Amino acid sequence: MRTFDYVTATDVTTALRTVAERPGAKFLGGGTNLVDLIRENVERPDVVVDVTRLPLTGIDELPGGGVRVGAGVRNSALAAHPLVRTRYPVLSQAVLNGASAQLRNMATVGGNLLQRTRCPYFYDTASPCAKREPGSGCGALGGITRDAAILGVSEHCVATHPSDMAVALAALDAVVEVESIRGTRRVPVLELYRPPGDTPHVETVLERDELITAVELPAADAAPRSRYRKVRDRASYAFALVSVAAALRLDGDTIVDARVALGGVAPLPWRAAEAERLLVGAPATEETFARAAEAELAAATPQHDNAFKVELARRTIVATLRELQEHAAAGSAA
Amino acid sequence: MTSTHNTTREPVVGAPVDRVDGPAKTTGAARFAAEHDLAGLTHAALVTATVSRGRITGIDTSAAEALPGVVAVLTHHNAPKLNPPKRVSPVNMSTMVSGTQVNYLNTDEVHWDGQPVAVVVAEHSHAAREAAALVEVTYERLPATVDFAAELPNAVLDKGNMLMPTGAKKGDADAALAAAPVVVDSEYSTPQHHHNAIEPHATTAVWHGDELAVHDATQNMAWLRAHLALRFGVPEAKVRVLAPFVGGGFGGKGFAWPGVILAVLAARATGRPVRLSLTREDVYRTVGARTPSTQRVALGAGRDGKLTALVHTAVTRKSPVGGQPEPAVTPANHLYGAANIRTGQSSVTLDWIPNTAVRAPGDAIGSFALESAIDELAYELGADPIELRMRNEPERNPIDGKKFSHRMLREAYELGAHRFGWADRSPEPGTTRDGRWLVGTGVATAYHPQLRLTANVTVRLAADGSVTVRSGLHEIGVGAATVQAQIAADALGVPFDAVHVECGDSALPEGAMAGGSMQTSSVAASVLAACRKLTRRLDTLARRSGTAGRTPAEIVAAAKVPYIEAAVGSDTRIGKAAGQARFMARTARDMRRWQKAACGAHFCEVRVDADTGEVRVSRWTGAFDVGRVMNRKTAVSQLRGGIVMGIGMALTEEAHVDPRSGRIMNPSLSGYHVPVHADIPPIDIAYLDEPDPTMPLGLLGIGEVGITGVAAAVANAIHNATGKRLRDLPITPAKLL
Amino acid sequence: MAEVRLRVNGADRRLDIPPQVSLLDALREHLGLPGTKKGCDQGACGACTVLADGERINACLALTVQYADREITTIEGVDHPLQEAFVRHDGFQCGYCTSGQICSAIGMLAEHKDGMPSAVSEDPAAEGEELTDEEIRERMSGNICRCGAYNGVVEAVAEVVR
Repeated sequence: MRTFDYVTATDVTTALRTVAERPGAKFLGGGTNLVDLIRENVERPDVVVDVTRLPLTGIDELPGGGVRVGAGVRNSALAAHPLVRTRYPVLSQAVLNGASAQLRNMATVGGNLLQRTRCPYFYDTASPCAKREPGSGCGALGGITRDAAILGVSEHCVATHPSDMAVALAALDAVVEVESIRGTRRVPVLELYRPPGDTPHVETVLERDELITAVELPAADAAPRSRYRKVRDRASYAFALVSVAAALRLDGDTIVDARVALGGVAPLPWRAAEAERLLVGAPATEETFARAAEAELAAATPQHDNAFKVELARRTIVATLRELQEHAAAGSAA
Repeated sequence: MTSTHNTTREPVVGAPVDRVDGPAKTTGAARFAAEHDLAGLTHAALVTATVSRGRITGIDTSAAEALPGVVAVLTHHNAPKLNPPKRVSPVNMSTMVSGTQVNYLNTDEVHWDGQPVAVVVAEHSHAAREAAALVEVTYERLPATVDFAAELPNAVLDKGNMLMPTGAKKGDADAALAAAPVVVDSEYSTPQHHHNAIEPHATTAVWHGDELAVHDATQNMAWLRAHLALRFGVPEAKVRVLAPFVGGGFGGKGFAWPGVILAVLAARATGRPVRLSLTREDVYRTVGARTPSTQRVALGAGRDGKLTALVHTAVTRKSPVGGQPEPAVTPANHLYGAANIRTGQSSVTLDWIPNTAVRAPGDAIGSFALESAIDELAYELGADPIELRMRNEPERNPIDGKKFSHRMLREAYELGAHRFGWADRSPEPGTTRDGRWLVGTGVATAYHPQLRLTANVTVRLAADGSVTVRSGLHEIGVGAATVQAQIAADALGVPFDAVHVECGDSALPEGAMAGGSMQTSSVAASVLAACRKLTRRLDTLARRSGTAGRTPAEIVAAAKVPYIEAAVGSDTRIGKAAGQARFMARTARDMRRWQKAACGAHFCEVRVDADTGEVRVSRWTGAFDVGRVMNRKTAVSQLRGGIVMGIGMALTEEAHVDPRSGRIMNPSLSGYHVPVHADIPPIDIAYLDEPDPTMPLGLLGIGEVGITGVAAAVANAIHNATGKRLRDLPITPAKLL
Repeated sequence: MAEVRLRVNGADRRLDIPPQVSLLDALREHLGLPGTKKGCDQGACGACTVLADGERINACLALTVQYADREITTIEGVDHPLQEAFVRHDGFQCGYCTSGQICSAIGMLAEHKDGMPSAVSEDPAAEGEELTDEEIRERMSGNICRCGAYNGVVEAVAEVVR
């Protein structure tokens, strides 16, 4: 593990200025990803600026029914908050399905959004990886790609985004508030991430010195009827093979609002817009769910050893929507 | 044992006694190999090769050496000379202990991806690790053979030996198979498994002149001591290995892998005490694993279910630089009374670190194939899988007609079936559903042969009534000290609390390695013999002093001696040679006379998500014939532990090896999935508690039998739940779609 | 080098260490408290679990400097009925994951008392759910036991809860 300078900031301006002034500086949240990556010589910052003591730990109701979550809120605090549990159960579930309780007690909301891929070739400094070392190629292609992405990949990178939380935020149309010494801007989560293209090392639209300070959850009628389903190799404490964040609002048997986002299958949290388009206005049936899932996955480009993810994603989407539909039916019957 | 002294207390053998090391382990007081603080201690880190075969053409250590706190960077240019390991010899079993035949840091040759090529020594671990990353190594790559699947056509038949037979034959199994009215003939495969003891291998080494003391995470102090003496050219008596606590082994700490050798080397080179704590990645790359395998099981049977032919062949991997073949086909020699049997084992040679024993080597993976095939045959015949097994349950060892020393598999199935509720099972696959879950049940046989080593022991009885058992046995989590204290307490008729077991130190009388399910029985035999001797001495004393009928403490006190002591075995050179000769003679005699094994019946219920193929093991009963149980609490834990590891093997565990490079790509506990709490249901353990008459106290070793058959029981239950037959481990959701 | 003041098991400790030193290495290597174990150094096993102001964390991914002025409790500072329950129910074999299991269980009981839901809680909005065995297993899944003493751990925790 390379040594570095450590700076702790207690106000946002100081944190922003320090990172802006020092080219090798990075923000440090709970450390659950960055500390690991520094130890593995994947990340090599000269300075880390600890942002966990900034006053960014509030969870507040917004006028109009939305909720604003400070970027320094720990994952466990987010999952446990009554506003999140009642209005956005999909978000609480997604967070609780990620990592372990210990890691959720450490990890921050901002850090979770910016965590980096778990692709083994990214982690292994003896392997080529264009995300780690631009231009070095992709070690995964033709190698072990069981966990690789099937949607939105490029010939330079097939790594997945590992966050569960971000998948729920993508489904909820959350907006990220970003600050730098140049001011504040708002970026929808869906626009935060960049597809790998030929620059897989550029993962988000953020500048190096921009800090996520908050996430805003808009009020959403469908959100209370939402669900996160994660399929992984063991029952807990593992990254997703496929995950689905979904919300449905029905009028009788007709779907009037649908949100579907996928995890474990793409370089970024994948909003299933095509599936949603086919769901809205259609009857809430198994056939509709299957048609929507298939349409979304028609563009999938799996590798030699992860074709199963296409079928697994299809089935998990259908199962999650079915569960929501059955829940709604049971609720209206009661 | 009859004695004149007072032995009226309740026996503690068999009782669910708490572990004697419980308080140390639950308060953080237990000290493991990396936790010994020595004056002037330094910390080491490894640099490992990133090519599978080649030569080192350059090592630039300047950046590493320039880092503050770095004491030394050792490479093949400047490392002290090491004697090469000896070739394995059957007359000196300690020669088996060398993990590989490579002379680390004494050669520029690289034999596997992960071979250590440099060691950094620094004042603190963070500096050592930072410096290790700064060492620049260049290689000339040589052609390497690393792809197991691609190499299968080049497999060569293995030659076995007495301890590890690799094949056997009875009748003409192939002809019988061709003639059989009912045949199943299937291929099975298992991936590379890693031990993943939660304590990574660690060594703290210190030299005083030519005397060496090593705190090491080892299952095998005596052989390690002999090996270190050989490699470093000092007499064995000058080497002391200490391992009072070892954080799990499962076979991974049975041999001397590069870490311990290089820690001792670094201590010699720097003249400072050195601690080398492997990173988790180092453990994956520098310690052998369980070989991948492909296996064929072909069964021929009559319509009545009687087996006429049993063929089990396997291909595993071996290394050009040492190791043993993995005897995957041996269960087929012992389990079923087929009229014709053929078993055979082949290997492909890959440029890989040698394989090593992982819990129940051979039997764990061989039983997956065999016990899956039996289930396939039962389904084919429309027979109940237990009934089919019982129809073929042999009276004598199938392959050679030897007697069983003891075998109660039939009773184990009866006991397990009752507890599990097997009678309620629906035999038709895919017919039981609970909401989103498809529910199924399956069984499989557990089987693990028994061997016993020699072990030297002294037992001392003091005038205050305390008893001290001294033996270099290993407390790797099996409850060894607790169980031996129970045995000594009963043998001497003293309270359990009066007995203290000293272990984990090669300065003690030489014990037995903790491996092959051998330690408890090996040491127990000697503890019993020593206690018999001691009792005779006590009786003599009692007669002389007229204290017959009094407690042992009173007898010793009345004799006005501080203690009396009895020893079994001798640690002199001649004594050890005699012990080795006794072991060889007894093993040969035992093997001629009878087939001896622990066995059992696994009953498993799984739930398979109908959409996603996620498998959850929801219920388990294991009913075992493990001879007489020494400690109900620790025995249950150990059997459960084997089942937990078997569930991992069934569902999640697999090293991902890049077939192009031979490099493990998931060398971590986040990438290699061992079971977590949420994967494991309550596991019901039952045992018959019937002694094996040929074993000390009738006990059988239980460290490994638990894992055998588990993966098959899970796969068979998955078939019952879904109708899908999975023959390739692990059974991930991907394979169930 | 950075000077860090920590409170560990109720005592004030001062350290001069570079910022990259993890809390785990600080405890084991610099403060003479090796009861907290290193199993992976990657946040993937839970052996290093300690309590920071009563919350369970993985000390391997915690930079010591980030925990200045926090109250750290390691197994050496624990005095809890769980310890005897672990012995009674044989919730360990080799003992290497045990410090982490016990610290984690203590943190878990506090979380549950505070109403923290888990991934297996039926309805994340529901409060005061019972700590069933299934809940204990999910909530303790960040602590791997390779010896497979999971049943004993769950029994020990359940005994202390109920």
